[in-house]
Amino acid sequence: MADEKIRFEAVSKRYGSLTVLDQLDLSIGAGEVVSIIGPSGSGKTTVLRCLMTLEPVDDGVIWIDGIPLNKELRSGALIEASPAHLRRMRTKLGMVFQNFNLFPHMTILQNCSEPPVYALGAKPTEARSRAVDLLKMVGMESKQDHYPAQLSGGQQQRAAIARTLAMQPEILVFDEPTSALDPETIGEVTEVIRALATKHSYTMLLVTHQIDFARDISDRICFFDKGRIVEQGPPDAVIDSPKETRTQQFLRKVAKAR
Amino acid sequence: MTPRPTAMLIPIAFLGGLYFAVFSNVASFLPALLNGLTVTIQVAIPSAILAYAISVAAGLGRLSRNAAVRLMSGAYVEIFRGVSLLVILFWLFFVLPEFGLTLSPYVAALLGISLNAGAYGAEIIRGAVQAVPRGQYEACVTLNMPGWRKYSRIILPQALIIAVPALTNMTIELLKGTALVSAVTLVDVTAAGVRQNQLTYRTIEIFSVLALIYFCLSQVVRFAGALLETGFNRHLRTGRS
Repeated sequence: MADEKIRFEAVSKRYGSLTVLDQLDLSIGAGEVVSIIGPSGSGKTTVLRCLMTLEPVDDGVIWIDGIPLNKELRSGALIEASPAHLRRMRTKLGMVFQNFNLFPHMTILQNCSEPPVYALGAKPTEARSRAVDLLKMVGMESKQDHYPAQLSGGQQQRAAIARTLAMQPEILVFDEPTSALDPETIGEVTEVIRALATKHSYTMLLVTHQIDFARDISDRICFFDKGRIVEQGPPDAVIDSPKETRTQQFLRKVAKAR
Repeated sequence: MTPRPTAMLIPIAFLGGLYFAVFSNVASFLPALLNGLTVTIQVAIPSAILAYAISVAAGLGRLSRNAAVRLMSGAYVEIFRGVSLLVILFWLFFVLPEFGLTLSPYVAALLGISLNAGAYGAEIIRGAVQAVPRGQYEACVTLNMPGWRKYSRIILPQALIIAVPALTNMTIELLKGTALVSAVTLVDVTAAGVRQNQLTYRTIEIFSVLALIYFCLSQVVRFAGALLETGFNRHLRTGRS
């Protein structure tokens, strides 16, 4: 494995009495593509949300490039991260949401070109030309002056991916990127994600229900249940010959639904 | 049984006669009413603009992370929403001078009306900001949007679209509230009507015209609100191209 990019160290997350993440340990190498699968309520989305600092972590430390994310090193001790520290750390991270979360009052091009100006201090002209390039890459250049509501789900998700890439993150996080899509537009989005996984050096963490797609693009599959990793390993091992009964049950159910 | 045409003429002639009897003297009081109308408009438009600004400031203040700001915004809303506009006007014009602060009638009217409307507007803005979907805030976090940009460019534009119908309502209320400014000695269109009634005794005509004037002004506000609503919403309607 290449250098370690992300490490979850005994990370716990509770909502009241419900433990969503239970002492999670997970290490992801630079450039590695990891898919998380598992039943709903298993905590897989919470992993992503904690990494994106959308949810505070109750216990444990998340490290990125050897730097604590949810904590800050001050005079030798780890203390709760300040908003400024979180902001700094988030520049390495980019997230693609299940429901796209594009800004509905802005065109696709504005969606992709304005955040880098505000958040990174990019020059408007440069941000714009970069956004145009990225929209070309996801096959959306002809729609750049459309508003999100004028586009299909697949088109919106491709635009949302371009918006995330415009921030020049090193780590890409996908939260069920195809779950809100019509079946016929899933393919165009998975193609874009596949290209990102194979042609670029992003470290990718993906939560998905599309087992075949996960197998195709991932270096590693993690099967989650009840806030823990039950089984992980290369796609062939986890999906084709799972060792744990819980994994076998889940994959049987998913196979039946397909 | 169809009524004979000649029988139809009788009520028409009666209504026509009534119209002339009643409205032949419009010219005697209309100029005074129009003078009052300019005062009403001079009070209403700046008050509305100030009220919108207060609404946004206090509405965001109620959602602030700073407890002191939250408390002050909340106290403002409760006080100015809970006290009669007429009493607020009396306070600004008659009570403040007791503490050494004398306001002109115009300034007192403008402040009283906008502070009163702004208290309602703050609640409208607060509700609208909270109605912007959670995912929009989360997108702002993951894109590292700085706080004020998040509000000025992402949250407020969407919140204002949500708030337009309620703000239209508030503006119409504000407009009608200007009828109270005679309490601070301004002669607005209502005060002018009352005064003309005492001079000319054209009671029916004067108050009919007065009602019509308020109705028409409200329609202008309503129309402007509807225009804004469709203008804002043109990008949000689904419809694939």
